[in-house]
Amino acid sequence: MSRPSPSLLSRVVIWVPYLWLLALFLAPFFIVFKISLSQTAIAMPPYTPTFGLSEGWEGLKNAFNSLSFDNYLWVFGDPLYVKAYLSSLKFAAISTVLALLIGYPLAYGMTRAPENLRTIFLMMVILPFWTSFLIRIYAWVAILKPEGLLNQFLLSLGIIKQPLIILNTDLAIYIGIVYSYLPFMVLPLYAALEKMDHSLVEAAQDLGCTPIKAFWKVTFPLSLPGVLAGSMLVFIPAVGEFVVPDLLGGSSTLMIGKTLWAEFFVNRDWPVASAVAILLLLILVLPIVYFQRVQAKARESEV
Amino acid sequence: MAGSWSRFNIISLTLGFAFLYIPIVLLVIYSFNESRLVTVWGGFSFKWYGAMLNNSALMSAAWVTARVALISATLATILGTMAAVALTRYSQFRGRLLFSGMAVAPLVMPEVITGLSLLLLFVAVGLDRGFTTIMLAHTTFAMCYVAVVVQSRLVTFDRSLEEAAMDLGATPARAFFQVTLPVIAPAVIAGWMLAFTLSLDDLVIASFTSGPGATTLPMKIYSQVRLGVTPEINAISTVLIGIVTVGVLAASLFNKRRALRERQG
Amino acid sequence: MASLGSIRRDFAPWANPDEKPFIRFENVTKSFGSQTTAVDDLTLSIYEREFFVLLGPSGCGKTTLLRMLGGFEQPTSGRVLLDGQDLSGVPPYRRPVNMMFQSYALFPHMSVEKNIAFGLKQEGMPKAQIGERVQRMLKLVKLEKYASRKPHQLSGGQRQRVALARALAKRPKVLLLDEPLGALDKKLREETQFELMDLQQELGLTFVIVTHDQDEAMTMADRIAVMDAGKVLQVATPAEIYEAPNSRFVAEFIGNINIFDGQIVEKTGSAARIRDKSGTEFQIALGSNAQADGSAGLAVRPEKLQITRERPADAVNAIDGEVWDIAYMGDLTLYNLKLDDGRIIKISTINSRRRVEDALTWHDRAWVSFAPDAGVLLTR
Repeated sequence: MSRPSPSLLSRVVIWVPYLWLLALFLAPFFIVFKISLSQTAIAMPPYTPTFGLSEGWEGLKNAFNSLSFDNYLWVFGDPLYVKAYLSSLKFAAISTVLALLIGYPLAYGMTRAPENLRTIFLMMVILPFWTSFLIRIYAWVAILKPEGLLNQFLLSLGIIKQPLIILNTDLAIYIGIVYSYLPFMVLPLYAALEKMDHSLVEAAQDLGCTPIKAFWKVTFPLSLPGVLAGSMLVFIPAVGEFVVPDLLGGSSTLMIGKTLWAEFFVNRDWPVASAVAILLLLILVLPIVYFQRVQAKARESEV
Repeated sequence: MAGSWSRFNIISLTLGFAFLYIPIVLLVIYSFNESRLVTVWGGFSFKWYGAMLNNSALMSAAWVTARVALISATLATILGTMAAVALTRYSQFRGRLLFSGMAVAPLVMPEVITGLSLLLLFVAVGLDRGFTTIMLAHTTFAMCYVAVVVQSRLVTFDRSLEEAAMDLGATPARAFFQVTLPVIAPAVIAGWMLAFTLSLDDLVIASFTSGPGATTLPMKIYSQVRLGVTPEINAISTVLIGIVTVGVLAASLFNKRRALRERQG
Repeated sequence: MASLGSIRRDFAPWANPDEKPFIRFENVTKSFGSQTTAVDDLTLSIYEREFFVLLGPSGCGKTTLLRMLGGFEQPTSGRVLLDGQDLSGVPPYRRPVNMMFQSYALFPHMSVEKNIAFGLKQEGMPKAQIGERVQRMLKLVKLEKYASRKPHQLSGGQRQRVALARALAKRPKVLLLDEPLGALDKKLREETQFELMDLQQELGLTFVIVTHDQDEAMTMADRIAVMDAGKVLQVATPAEIYEAPNSRFVAEFIGNINIFDGQIVEKTGSAARIRDKSGTEFQIALGSNAQADGSAGLAVRPEKLQITRERPADAVNAIDGEVWDIAYMGDLTLYNLKLDDGRIIKISTINSRRRVEDALTWHDRAWVSFAPDAGVLLTR
């Protein structure tokens, strides 16, 4: 749509949020990157050099000269960090698969339900998404503790003789991540499955497919965009998850979000924390860009 | 659909929702527990709600959180709606790709990265950490959620309504405020509510960007949870869940009634 | 309706060279991006009080043309003039034209009354005057009882009338209507066509309507512009468009037609002989196509053809074939006659009698014949 000339109004509408995001979303990454190249110092802020624009050009040049990749070498040199990255990816990937296995039947069941129930079910999926993440994780602590509700229940039924140790294990982390991110998986799946024309499945059955075959040949391939969107929405934030491993995982659990938090709040080593963040971002850039492209495509097809 | 399929559907729905809701329901039930032990039922009581109200640290954190959430949700709604309008209405301007990227990226960005990067920004520009910085941080990530919600409504908005308004003599600004905004209002309100609850819930970003004197409720809850599960936390959690549930249900009922009225016509 | 007919019979400002056009498109081109040209170097004049219809298939550029008049699109090149004033750069909210949108674009959050008052409020009309004008408009479209209803509480036909009232409330110099009847069912559409015509006469306004429905165009228009691929192919009265199409596209777009392709073999004064592919020769009056030469198409409408079992003795033009299909429509019967070279000729006959002795039936041999002035010669 061509317009005479961009009016004042359109300039304001574009540039106010744009500049806000540039200043408070993009610019910070450059600062993180810069600090990841600095040295740790016992000062406030705890790194050196601090960019002093007051020192003019010389100061800037000195600052550049003292930048170093030491923090990155440090991160790569310490197997703890490498392991933390790898185990974060593992936790995120397995949780994503589990969320898909639980979320797909749920989303599918919702679309097959009578129409008046469907909106209620949708509401029920959305509601936990609105309630506090922290509180929902906290709820699991009481359930999974050795003397917690799950063990009490199983012991009283006589299914187990001794309390299961679940809290502070990897299993608890999987439960926590799947539980917290399940709505993110179900909603795109539901959206994809709901707009599918049911007569497609009927046509496949009419042409000789069994219901199960029709599902795998027609329904599932057509829901793939939803599967991808849902998986990305679970996988990407799960890699950097902090609350779940911190509250449900054990002290030996390695996840990069927790490492970054400890580096920052416990060790007060801002440059290393920044280097950890930059590397985490690099790991996530590909999936994020991919996710955005999928989103953009979906939006275009809606138009 | 064959019978076995619908049985399968019912089972997967039951299990799925049980998984989603049992933890929350248990948490709510045990907030009324007389016993100090969170996992042993000692009879029904409101005493932890009383304890919660008398816990001044908890209450002042709640007050900080409420103010942060109100201001940042409002700012985020204004900025997010502008971003949504910019992205749906103006197909060509310099840096549009970057803009649309920045408007979606915070949705999936791990909170630790967002928190750390914002903190370093505030330190670099010499902004004192506290109430203001938390509010700025929350506005930034919440506006992207608002943008997504409003954008999905604007995509289906009939542009000829705006054209009709202009055809009848309204300037573009008037057309927006008198026609477009009232029509997309439900989405804008939903965006505000989302931004509000996101701000209410946030622990990680607030922890990074807060300073002394500005402790939010999630930060307070977190520090107590780390020391162990207490019934008081169950009580405040139940209150929060109650507020959000009532808010969301009211909004959806309102929308449903609206939709019903429109269908009746 | 009789009085309306008599006014219309005399109304032909386009035939008067001294008459100044009210709306004028001058060499207007509109491109979207680099590939698509929606309107291609188009020049067109519309006169005051005219009921002007832009007709064409979807994507022919007719809506773009209308939107340029409304100010929603700017021409890539060329000018649009209204009453002698160049409209370039004038935004929609400053143009003395109003539009009725295809979707009606009624504001869903406003009552019927508020919708109609919207434009008046924008120009700052005093409240009392607005109320009075709105009442008059409601009366005009017979919706007095529905003033406080919301758009979603109205039927399709009522919504259409609100949209019309809203667009008319500001007393625009020109009313633009984009597929105004497209969303209505057939019966309501026919009624509304006449209502629109009466209204236009009553208010003495210039109407520019976009439609893809040829019946609608034929019924309502003073003149029709038939468009295809961004160009106007013919601008003429409905009768001229139907009886004397100037091109194959116009002939085929409006109504049914048979076209015999062939070569002009002889021209004598105002008549010509044309030989078609199968070698049959036809005589044809040249009409306005006097300079036609070489290859041409002879176009004859189905109702201008006679179908008979034997060749009529006095027939000038006749060709025979086999009855391939018969469709009995009640008032008409349509025949498809298959010629020996495989071509299908469409013939329609009026069923003026209840029973016909010895009626033609499937696979009968039959002749079609027509007079020299029954068809037109098409050269493009």
